[in-house]
Amino acid sequence: MKKKSVNYGKWGYIFILPFFVIYFIFSLIPLFDTVRYSFFEYFRSGIKQIGPNFIGLANYVSLLHSDMLKYGLNTLILWVIGFVPQIVVALVLACWFTDARLKLHGKQFFKVVIYLPNLIMASAFALLFFTMFSTNGPVNSILCSLGWIKEPIDFLGSVLGTRSLVGFMNFLMWFGNTTIMLMAAVMGISMDIFEASDLDGCNSIQRFVYITLPLIRPILSYTLITSIIGGLQMFDVPQILTNGQGNPDRTSMTLIMFLNSHLKSKNYGMAGALSVYLFIISAILCFFVYRMTNDNDPDGSKKAAKKRARAERRKTK
Amino acid sequence: MMKDKTASRIRSIVAHVVLIILSFMCLFFFYVLIVNASHSHAELQKGFSALPGKYFWKNLMNVANDGSFPMFRGILNSIIVSGCSAVLCTYFSSLTAYGLYAYDFKARNVAFTFIMAILVMPTQVTAMGFLRLITKMGLYDSLLPLIIPSVASPAVFYFMYSYLQSSLPMSLVEAARIDGSGEFRTFNSIVLPIMKPAIAVQAIFTFVGSWNNYFVPALVIQSKSKMTVPILIATLRGADYMNFDMGKIYMMITVAIVPIIIVYLLLSKFIIAGVTLGGVKE
Repeated sequence: MKKKSVNYGKWGYIFILPFFVIYFIFSLIPLFDTVRYSFFEYFRSGIKQIGPNFIGLANYVSLLHSDMLKYGLNTLILWVIGFVPQIVVALVLACWFTDARLKLHGKQFFKVVIYLPNLIMASAFALLFFTMFSTNGPVNSILCSLGWIKEPIDFLGSVLGTRSLVGFMNFLMWFGNTTIMLMAAVMGISMDIFEASDLDGCNSIQRFVYITLPLIRPILSYTLITSIIGGLQMFDVPQILTNGQGNPDRTSMTLIMFLNSHLKSKNYGMAGALSVYLFIISAILCFFVYRMTNDNDPDGSKKAAKKRARAERRKTK
Repeated sequence: MMKDKTASRIRSIVAHVVLIILSFMCLFFFYVLIVNASHSHAELQKGFSALPGKYFWKNLMNVANDGSFPMFRGILNSIIVSGCSAVLCTYFSSLTAYGLYAYDFKARNVAFTFIMAILVMPTQVTAMGFLRLITKMGLYDSLLPLIIPSVASPAVFYFMYSYLQSSLPMSLVEAARIDGSGEFRTFNSIVLPIMKPAIAVQAIFTFVGSWNNYFVPALVIQSKSKMTVPILIATLRGADYMNFDMGKIYMMITVAIVPIIIVYLLLSKFIIAGVTLGGVKE
């Protein structure tokens, strides 16, 4: 029987067209424009517009001599302060939530509560923290009336205080989300493995280290990379908490806050060069995510085989 | 055996205590927020009191009638932006996902690879060009640039694509074709209903994401009547803060946060189940 085939292919193009048109207009053109102006002297001083004059890589060079690296380090520090407790707590909670022997009560309630901060408007949450931790705010007032401190603590006046607050807020906002992601990963592990380990007399710590941890490694690394990308974009919380100043002494100024201040002052050349730096870092991270989401070698067996082959070859040489 | 039992009892107690402490940390700030929003400025100056006051309604009225921080106008703007974004984003992401899932065409793999490559690309890196572009298009200080780009959301696309893979048999599409249904009609009346659960989850996440978005609106919006809630919050922070009525400030934060909390509590089961659906392939 000869089937008369209808060509449906063109519908595929029609259906994906809106996505690509919008992406082209609102992301690709801006990207090219951003890259282009990164090579120009182009800024506003007062009401006078300087440039655009082509100056090659001068913007990139002067950024390296500016405080950009310092702000990069700030971003990294703020991210680490939030991420380390987040991943530790999330791992522990994920194990507890999935451990039937633990007989946890109110599981659903706890899940709902720990996920809640993730949906809160980060800017409003930061404003709330600013008022609560100010010198005459509720937190100081509570600590004083408990008799734990005599003088109110100026949380936002010290480097450690401000950074800890930003890290703490990031922790609060993300540990619930990470817990739920990791929980799904742990539940994906076959029960047989856990039962076998029980029979072999594995205690819960051994079980965690030798079974759970290696088996959820793919999701752990996915969480790590997406969290780094999120950390790179850190803006709302420190911006509102410090009113865009990154106080004290710009120790809580992040890269995106730096970009924002260039954009606000219409300093397009510098903003462009900074964007390109950020784009390169993001592209590398995107590549890792791409590799993970399109993984056709999930258990690492192909990689192991390749490695073995390479080792063999080296031996024969 | 006895020893085992005590050990697991202790473990269980520790787990409960830690969970209660963490829940306390999550809820404490919202409790203080709502309690403080119900006190007058004078009461707040005296120090923190754990019991709710009587000024909740009055503070709310003060916020509603404040011309310099049009909070309720801001909420309306935020609802317009987030609602439109959620609708556009879910519809077109489903359409794109279906286009790449159901049809075989030359550029299919290239298109798919491209979207996967930009899956987590931050929007901030193109912000400068975006700002210049919309200024040239005459869209500066309008809500449209906050809505239209949501048509192209790679992450939502990926979610929809994974969902289609698991729940749309191609035989269903072919059956519709034999019955003479056009391709668009098949999508709208057969595929979309099947995708309803995925669309609902992503609509919520897009809505919340757009509601909370601060970076782009802060660059685009200039006039007070078009400000969304996060920009109003930022303006409030930038204003001469310490001379304000603190009760009113707490109320403004309450008004910004509470709508989302209410929606979340109503749909929590659904939202939490949705978090992991679009995760990495196992």
